[in-house]
Amino acid sequence: MPQVHLSRLAGWGRTAASGARLLPVNDGNVAEAVRGAPQRGALARGLGRSYGDAAQNGGGLVLRLAGDAGAALLDVAKREVTVGAGVSIDDLLRVLVPQGFFVPVTPGTRFVTIGGAVASDIHGKNHHVEGSFGNHVRRISMLLADGSVAELSPTLRADLFWATIGGMGLTGVILDVTINVIPIETSKCIVDTTRAHDLDHVMTLMEEGDDRYRYAVAWIDLMATGRHLGRSILSRGEHATREQLGSDHDGPPLEYSPSVLVSVPPIIPFSALNRASVRAFNAAWFRKAPLYRVGELQTIPQYFHPLDMVGGWNQAYGPRGFVQYQVLVPVGEENALRRVVERLATSGAASFVTVLKRFGAANPSPLSFPAPGWTLTLDVPAGTSGLAAMLHELDEVVLDAGGRHYMAKDSHTTPDAIRRGYPRLAEWQAIRNSVDPEGVWQSDLGRRLGLIAAAH
Amino acid sequence: MQNSFGEPQTIVLLGGTSDIGLAIVRELESAALRHVVLAVRNPDSAEAQSAAAGLRSPKVEVSVMAFDAVLSDTHSAFVDSVVAAVGDLDVVVMAFGVLGEQSAFDADPASAARAVTVNYSGAVSAGLAVAARLRKQGHGRLVVLSSVAGERVRSSNFVYGSSKAGLDGFAQGLGDSLEGTGAKVLVVRPGFVHSSMTAGMSAAPFSTTPDKVAEATVKALKSGARTVWTPGILRVVFSVLRHLPGALFRRLPLG
Repeated sequence: MPQVHLSRLAGWGRTAASGARLLPVNDGNVAEAVRGAPQRGALARGLGRSYGDAAQNGGGLVLRLAGDAGAALLDVAKREVTVGAGVSIDDLLRVLVPQGFFVPVTPGTRFVTIGGAVASDIHGKNHHVEGSFGNHVRRISMLLADGSVAELSPTLRADLFWATIGGMGLTGVILDVTINVIPIETSKCIVDTTRAHDLDHVMTLMEEGDDRYRYAVAWIDLMATGRHLGRSILSRGEHATREQLGSDHDGPPLEYSPSVLVSVPPIIPFSALNRASVRAFNAAWFRKAPLYRVGELQTIPQYFHPLDMVGGWNQAYGPRGFVQYQVLVPVGEENALRRVVERLATSGAASFVTVLKRFGAANPSPLSFPAPGWTLTLDVPAGTSGLAAMLHELDEVVLDAGGRHYMAKDSHTTPDAIRRGYPRLAEWQAIRNSVDPEGVWQSDLGRRLGLIAAAH
Repeated sequence: MQNSFGEPQTIVLLGGTSDIGLAIVRELESAALRHVVLAVRNPDSAEAQSAAAGLRSPKVEVSVMAFDAVLSDTHSAFVDSVVAAVGDLDVVVMAFGVLGEQSAFDADPASAARAVTVNYSGAVSAGLAVAARLRKQGHGRLVVLSSVAGERVRSSNFVYGSSKAGLDGFAQGLGDSLEGTGAKVLVVRPGFVHSSMTAGMSAAPFSTTPDKVAEATVKALKSGARTVWTPGILRVVFSVLRHLPGALFRRLPLG
């Protein structure tokens, strides 16, 4: 039996850790490991990029599934790749990009596993035209609570397939996945950047122009208030063609070698990010952005994964950690979004990176987060005075407007907020209970948000 | 499970009519709170029922359960029954204790032994029972109400003082033993607190109130501290007092 460690596990925000037995497993021994799960159950954990407690299981078993990108099977004709759930998007891109392919959806960091991408139904800058990760999954192979391995697809056990997408790991351990891949001609993106002077301006620009681009996102300076409220940088782009690359480029068109420039040391006893430092950074970044620039070439890491340039950036928030707040405000409820942005900006909460994105159509998954509307994402140091009460207040504004929380980011909200935000929760619970009647799959998030009944 | 702001969903107060304990529960209230369990010797007493009524709200369920600090044999089963009723224990506050009066203890030694059984032995079995559950959960916080009276025991009430000295050491050891499990212990050392327990007594210097103790406690819980003195200045005061020669210490009017 492989070695079992007792570990304190937390999310990327480094808050609310819990202790669990952490067990490295592979395809061959995972079923046996699960059979040995204690009363508190078992959960697969990827690279721990969920911000809250989605990938931890206090008092239970947490499984680290090994992944080998080298074993990925790329079918060029069908434009699909079959890859182990433990493989990261980083490793998969190193295989795909040189061969002229890209993942159908990537979040802002490439350090998430394929299993995590499915379980959180991650979305990226192309949601408005291409949906979320789950839209591009053709097949899932998953270990069930009874020890059997099930094959799932939109036509094979479709209920369980869609319940697993966005299912936060609580329907089983995903073993491997077949996904679409997008053909690309180069490893660069061609990007148009615009500055918007306030929130109304950026929302108008996004509504009018997003659909002309595959990738679109806005970065908001939340430290700006008054008539500058919601001033933003809108960045929209597409994979660059060979032609767009031009004749004066260096190296092969599909060259791909992302690297981490610098790493934050793991022991910072204070938060380097406070109101003063964030305000200064935001102002400088905003001034640096062009008023209007078209056709700029950026590398894949620059355009999709800027935060990955700094290793362990979450450590900069110090021992108290930080929380990420990400909510959906549906189409037609723009006033609620305005209220949320205004409240956050006037509170002076130091949000370093605040993102606004327009979402397109939802997929059939009962717990999937994206739906037509707007999603706002921000990070705030956890120790910020009055933050808890303010976020609970904003939750009510969002929920009253028919919005909801993204569970992969959540670290503070309540079971009530999930019941209100996800009307198909009971449907999901019924599907989960049908394949996991004893409650083998458990997580801290599942217990905190009332997704599952605690088995005690 | 508590959230990233340290807001608990479930609080258990052992010694459910304690002024300080109830102040801590109120300070921990948030939109996340769902269950409060008040553990008292007599659940039907007016005091217990009114404490529960004061905390009850549309979102928060408050139950009153029978718990006797002296009956150590019942403590493990008690913890199990609380878990069966409300699920994971996020914050448990140990707030039971007997102050008594030194002259009464001098006249009736058996009564002194009973008092320290509540304050120390009962806390040991209850603390261990709770810690076993927190270990099993992989998370949770145990708050132990110690006292500066245990930091250097005075003749004015050395029965109480020595029981708190024992409790303090036990709580620190328990906290250390939980290292790495995800669960933590917070030892709270209040100075003289104006409460029903000290009604009629003259206050010592650097006294405080249940609400101020609660504020300091919750702040310490959220920052991850293992011990907290309240008021904070007592940490400095006692680091001096601890080293004072006995002749001087005995002459100090410390209340």
